[in-house]
Formats: sequence, structure tokens, C-alpha cells
Amino acid sequence: MALSQKTKETLLGPLNANNPVVVQVLGICSALAVTVQLKPALVMGVAVTIIVAMSNVIISLLRNTIPMRIRIIVQLVVVAALVTLVSEVLKAFAYDVAMQLSVYIGLIITNCILMGRLEAFAMTNKPWDSFLDGLGNGLGYAWILIAVAFVRELFGAGTLLGFRIIPESWYVANGGFYENCGMMMMPAMALILVGCIIWAHRSLNKEEK
Amino acid sequence: MEHAISLFVRSIFADNMIFAFFLGMCSYLAVSKTVKTSLGLGVAVTFVLLITLPVNYLLQIYVLNPLNLGYLSFILFIAVIAAIVQIVEMVVEKFSPSLYASLGIFLPLIAVNCAIMGGSLFMQQRILLDPENAKAIANIGDAFAYALGSGLGWLVAICCLAGIREKMEYNDVPKPLQGLGITFIVVGLMAMAFMCFSGLNI
Repeated sequence: MALSQKTKETLLGPLNANNPVVVQVLGICSALAVTVQLKPALVMGVAVTIIVAMSNVIISLLRNTIPMRIRIIVQLVVVAALVTLVSEVLKAFAYDVAMQLSVYIGLIITNCILMGRLEAFAMTNKPWDSFLDGLGNGLGYAWILIAVAFVRELFGAGTLLGFRIIPESWYVANGGFYENCGMMMMPAMALILVGCIIWAHRSLNKEEK
Repeated sequence: MEHAISLFVRSIFADNMIFAFFLGMCSYLAVSKTVKTSLGLGVAVTFVLLITLPVNYLLQIYVLNPLNLGYLSFILFIAVIAAIVQIVEMVVEKFSPSLYASLGIFLPLIAVNCAIMGGSLFMQQRILLDPENAKAIANIGDAFAYALGSGLGWLVAICCLAGIREKMEYNDVPKPLQGLGITFIVVGLMAMAFMCFSGLNI
């Protein structure tokens, strides 16, 4: 499918150059909290992508009828309705993950990515463009989550998605030399990892500034 | 009473909104450039938490639970928060124009601060806990104590970070790490320091 230049920009920009987490600094709260293991991070990334894309489309369709003064409340209600749907679906089909994510599913409502994209993009653009923008930003958010969770689960527990990667026989308990890095499980490490991702990202994209 | 005090102290230090749950990170990172504005935002967050959390507690106990409408809680909570922020804004503007001028732009932003919504969602979970549990919220007094503690914890966190960032102005930070990058790492180190409170119990 041949995408026009602008469409490509809208969809792929947020993955790198205009990433919602490391460049726009949106949606940090949940990005840090759900990344202890890969599975919840994956689910969270997918949930946010769906919600951003859908709410962008809905707000974009309504953009000419929403009065400016009460737009924040309208946006919040649309988002809250979508989040409620996603939360119910997760509780029905993936109960253990829903319990692990606990309040952070509900906190998608106040995730700044949503409000940021709705205000900055969906209020002034057509539905299809808004959909692509939402998709791009959701995926940009998801890959940061997955990258952080990958490092934290691999070094913190020696597993990925629950499968053992570092062999049992390497551990000190079994006469080996390896020990899990308990620090990776702590909240503090998520912050430092995101800091490092920002560092790497900025050194690679230096020419823009 | 003892339980409420324990809850209050725990929510400032051990269960700090920023360092243990990362709530309200966006405004935390964006506004923490000077101590003065941080203090203003911290006070505003505490104030709004102190009103919205008990209101949401009463709604949960007397409206949502008896009617089995638990799944509507997200919409209800966010509507309550948005409405109360609006009312607080109007009241402050009417009765204390000087406070309004100093809080100014922060007040409307608080409606989408995760710490406020997060406080209500944690409260919803903690109602279900066994009343003996140190984290349980068993009555309206506990809800107030939890709200005040969480708000003050947030205030302490943002003022500390702003103080460090003011000093850091003079440091020689590697270029790509300047601004956001180093702030994250500083918050990470502060979170480590706050971890030493995690066994705190009264």
C-alpha cells in the first residue's frame, strides 16, 4: 500500500523522532509502573494503543460539535467509557493480567498521552489521520514499555514472558555463579532505565536540535 | 485513630505516590523547575485530593456498592474529579484572588493528574482489604488520613526534586542527558533513598 508522505509522517513519526514517552514526556506514570514483567507491559501497550486510536477517532468525529469550554470533560468521558470497556474485557479474558495491572488500567484515563493527542491532534484533524496518529503514538508508547520490561524481567528474574532464559544451573543456589539482580525489580530502576533510553535516544537524534 | 495515623505516615513515606507508584509523574517532571511553583502545585494537589478522595469514598460505599454498579466507577470518579476541580477553581478565584494568581494554570491541569485519580482507585482497592491490614481504609476518617498523607507525600517529593534541580543548574551534565534524562536518573536515586522507609510501621 502506497502511503503518502504526510500519512507516513503521522504514523511513523511517534515511533522514533516524536516518541510520546521519551520526547513528548507523556504517559510516564504507567510506563514505569507496569514494566516489572514483559507480559503486563505487552498487554498495557496494546490496551493503550487501542484506546488512543479509538478515542482519537471518536473525538475527531465530534470535533465540530464539542463546545470549546467543556471539551475536557467530553474528552474525559469518552476516554473513561473506552477504558471501562477495555477493563471489563481484560477481567473477562485475562483475569490474572488484569489483577497484576490493578489500578493502572483505570489510570489510562488520566494518561497524558490520551489528553495530549486528543488536544493536539484529534481536535483539529480528520478521523482517518487521527486514527493513524493514535496508532502511531500508542505503538511508540508500547515499544518503550516493552524495551524497559525486557531488561527488567531478563535481569530481575532471568525469565521472559515467564519462560526461563537464564538456565537454572547457573545460579549460585545450584552451584553456579549467577545471581538475579534484585534492584531491577525495584521502582527506582525503571526510572533509571528510562533515563538511559532518553540518553541514548538523544545522542542518536542529535542533529534535530 | 491509631490506624488512621499509621495510614497517614505510611502514605507519606512508604507508599509515596511518586516513588512507589509513579503517580502524577507528568506534572511532577514538567513543573519541578523551581521550588516556589512546585510548592504551589503540591499544595493544590493536596487540597484537591483531600476533597475528591472522601467524596469518591462516600460514592463508592453508598451509591456504587449497594447498586452493584462497580464497573461505572471510572466514569463516576473522573467526573467527580473534573467537577470538583472546576468548583475549587471558581471558589478560590472568588475568595482568594492572590492564591488563585499563584496557582493559576495548575488548577485545571490537576483534573488529569494521575495522583488524584490514582488516589481514588487505590482507595477503592483498599476498602476491600481486611480492616486489620495496615493499608485498609475502613471509614471516612481513614479516607481523609490517606488523602492528606498522599498529598503531602507528593508535595515533599516535588519540593525535594525542585531543590535538587535548582542546584543542578550549575553542574556539568553530558549534553544528551541534560534536562529530562538526568531528571529521570535523579528521581531514580531519590526513589532508592525513599525505599528505606518501606518497612515503616507505627
